[in-house]
Amino acid sequence: MTGFTWLDIAAVDDIPLRGARKIKTAMGCVALFRTGPEEAFAATDRCPHKGGPLSEGIVHGQSVTCPLHNWVFDLNTGQAQGADAGSIAVHPVRVEGGRVLIDAAALLRPPAA
Amino acid sequence: MTQKLVIIGAGMASGRVIDHLTDTAPDAFDITLVNAEPRGNYNRIMLSPVLSGEKTYDDIVTHDDAFYAKHGIATRFGTAVTAIERAGKTVTVGADTLSYDKLLIATGSAPFIIPVPGRDLPGVVTYRDLDDTNAMIAAADQGGKAVVIGGGLLGLEAAAGLAERGMDVTVLHLMGHLMERQLDPAAGYLLRRDLEARGITVRTQAVTKAIIGNGRAEAVLLEDGTTLPADLVVMAVGIRPETRLATDAGLEVGRGIVVNAQMETSDPDIMAVGECVECAGQLFGLVAPLYDQAKVVAAGLTGTPAVFLPKDTATKLKVTGCDLFSAGDFADGPGREDIVFRDPGRGIYKRLVIEDDRLVGAVMYGDTADGNWFFGLIKDGTDIEPMREALIFGPAAQGGAAADPLSAVAALPPEAEICGCNGVCKGTIVSAIDGGATDLGAVRAATKASASCGTCTGLVEQLLQVTLGDGFVKPTAQPICGCTHLTHEDVRRLIKTTPLKSQEAVWQDLGWTTRNGCHVCRPAINFYLLADWPLEYRDDPQSRFVNERKHANIQKDGTFSVVPRMWGGITTPQELRAIADAADKYAVPTVKVTGGQRIDLLGVKGEDLPAIWADLNRAGLVSGHAYSKGLRTVKTCVGTDHCRFGTQDSTGLGIRLEKALWGSWTPHKVKLAVSGCPRNCAEATCKDVGIVCVDSGYQVGVAGAAGMDVKETERLADVATEQEAIDLTVAFIQLYRENAKYLDRPYKWVAKVGLDWVKARVVDDLTERQRLIDAFALSQSIYQKDPWAELAADPARFAPLADLTLEAAE
Repeated sequence: MTGFTWLDIAAVDDIPLRGARKIKTAMGCVALFRTGPEEAFAATDRCPHKGGPLSEGIVHGQSVTCPLHNWVFDLNTGQAQGADAGSIAVHPVRVEGGRVLIDAAALLRPPAA
Repeated sequence: MTQKLVIIGAGMASGRVIDHLTDTAPDAFDITLVNAEPRGNYNRIMLSPVLSGEKTYDDIVTHDDAFYAKHGIATRFGTAVTAIERAGKTVTVGADTLSYDKLLIATGSAPFIIPVPGRDLPGVVTYRDLDDTNAMIAAADQGGKAVVIGGGLLGLEAAAGLAERGMDVTVLHLMGHLMERQLDPAAGYLLRRDLEARGITVRTQAVTKAIIGNGRAEAVLLEDGTTLPADLVVMAVGIRPETRLATDAGLEVGRGIVVNAQMETSDPDIMAVGECVECAGQLFGLVAPLYDQAKVVAAGLTGTPAVFLPKDTATKLKVTGCDLFSAGDFADGPGREDIVFRDPGRGIYKRLVIEDDRLVGAVMYGDTADGNWFFGLIKDGTDIEPMREALIFGPAAQGGAAADPLSAVAALPPEAEICGCNGVCKGTIVSAIDGGATDLGAVRAATKASASCGTCTGLVEQLLQVTLGDGFVKPTAQPICGCTHLTHEDVRRLIKTTPLKSQEAVWQDLGWTTRNGCHVCRPAINFYLLADWPLEYRDDPQSRFVNERKHANIQKDGTFSVVPRMWGGITTPQELRAIADAADKYAVPTVKVTGGQRIDLLGVKGEDLPAIWADLNRAGLVSGHAYSKGLRTVKTCVGTDHCRFGTQDSTGLGIRLEKALWGSWTPHKVKLAVSGCPRNCAEATCKDVGIVCVDSGYQVGVAGAAGMDVKETERLADVATEQEAIDLTVAFIQLYRENAKYLDRPYKWVAKVGLDWVKARVVDDLTERQRLIDAFALSQSIYQKDPWAELAADPARFAPLADLTLEAAE
């Protein structure tokens, strides 16, 4: 597959299990979620509702709950769940050999470039 | 012409190669079998039954002396090969040199020894061969304590065997749950529970620091300072391919000895087989692929080259009596979905992992009967969409009509048992319903059905529904959240009585329908567990709302507020200077005096938190817990020190109460106040606990409110001494911690249980009062510590994990 720019970010153990850490990018902060021992997701660290930092939310199943007003997002699709409408941008992530890699193609340069 | 074949290593793989050769080409090779162990091929997998005493060595021998003699195989047992000389095609065995035409390396694997001090002491053994097994049996005959380092398959087999032989066994495992390569946390929890039921102690996240002892192993020291006495230490942390000979001989070696699909090493006259090889980047530890390799080796040696293809393997494991199955890739991953089935009563857990309508992985515990069917679906990549609804129930459930729980209950015969705890059958319940018991409570009262563990509550409700039809309205008791049908009260009771001491235990035994809860139930369960099992359960920060995880209040713009504790609202010029300096240094936009007599620094950036805490810590200030479901503040007036009306030292009592209660976690926030006289300047009569001093002593009021509801406190008791006032307060808070629903303030909880119920325990029953005080003290011995000091020591946790803006410049 082309178009992926896999960037080794950190050891998966640097992210607490069922927790998150954020990374700074030119496109704004991105939250890395660790939903299982070997499972991670990445998404914009900003709730579309009131801008809550999603990396501070409670991580459950493959979802995160925004800490400000409890919007819940499916990390596979970025879609808000339940009655709330909205979505967050998600980014491909791989966990390999205890390392977390993110597809940085969309993070290193503006989309228009 | 007969070729000379030298085989190094008499394990399971080489044994199988010999079988193939003696079957298909008995005269093609002149075979010499060399083994460092002083014995021939035996079934290494069966060492565990030997350890546990179910089998003897003789039972597990696969090739004996008669076999070797019959097939003309020369054996060199008890001497290791020390070198391979490829140019001259010889190997060195002891003082002898053997020449070969073809060489087969089957050196297997070596146990991994963790590099800690004391690893070489007598009394430290590994678990790899018969000698190790015999050493363990000899040690077990002396009795005493064994510590097994490693909670993988091998370590657990060792632990089970040693326990069977009467030793007091502790298993140490580095990871969060047992057998993490084969099992997910839920299955790992069930395995742990089964092992603990056999008297084996399991410690996860246990990091071994050293093995200590004078002349022989006496104890294992952990990173956290714990010392575990040990007469025997078994190291079973893992294995690595035994590649030293191949490396010395200059063969290509990666993680294992690199072979092609014909099992040839980088030297075409040297083949390798078994756990020592690396093929297509993979290593092999299970016996099935080893046997496939052996077939390929034999084929290659006899001139009919074959190809070894690594295949998916399912692991069906039996840790002596614990049924486990795992297959495929059950690690979580984006785009993957789970189907989870739990049967708490029978200790069953099943999880299927689905990706693109294909089953990619399965983990099962307790009931593994359908394992091979699932494994078949994984291997064949079957489209499971059409059978998805009932997939987890296995092949038996396929093809039938969709199950309707109500018709299933209706179809049960009258003698079918509904409540296992109390032995109540369907007929009994139906006659009780016909006799006028038309709700759950009435059925419980009449028959005891669902009155114990409560797991059959749903069934009883369905019976009510079937029997009464539309006349039955489901009770309004709300489940905690969508993850469970149980109420807070049910879960609290079950955590105490079952007992359940971990989140995995709650999810499994109470039949949670999600993998690991949600933002509603996780904080509640976390609190219940730490309140009920302060010693056994460890607080899980990932199950807390952001404020309690960050120990600061998140603001609407994502910044935080910082509130240092001011005991009883008393401060000093030095503290005020430190606060002012911090406000300057971190450019705090807003400084506010709070209603609880504290100073609030609002608008602090998340990454600055550790630094500002460290600065405030240096001035003697600690966290004010203004963010916690815990003790917030004790508000006071100046009392007898300065006020002409003061009757008692209200400030002093406030400070003593705050010193006693700070740091404790409670179902919701708790605010106190102490007023020095009935003029009540500290507004004590609308607090969770409010004390008003009078000439004759102290009026202790509880269950006030001044938030969404406004309510005056109710008088718990009037007492004469300050110590009694403190005792009553502490006992009341502990009773609240033990019984209230998460997120009920004390006034809501007291309204449910009644003030008389509280008085009976806190005021009248002195034994119970003391028990509550002691239980609180025990909890405080663990939780009363300044989180700022702890977190400030690890500022990296608050910084971004990486900064990609720097990469953007390229």
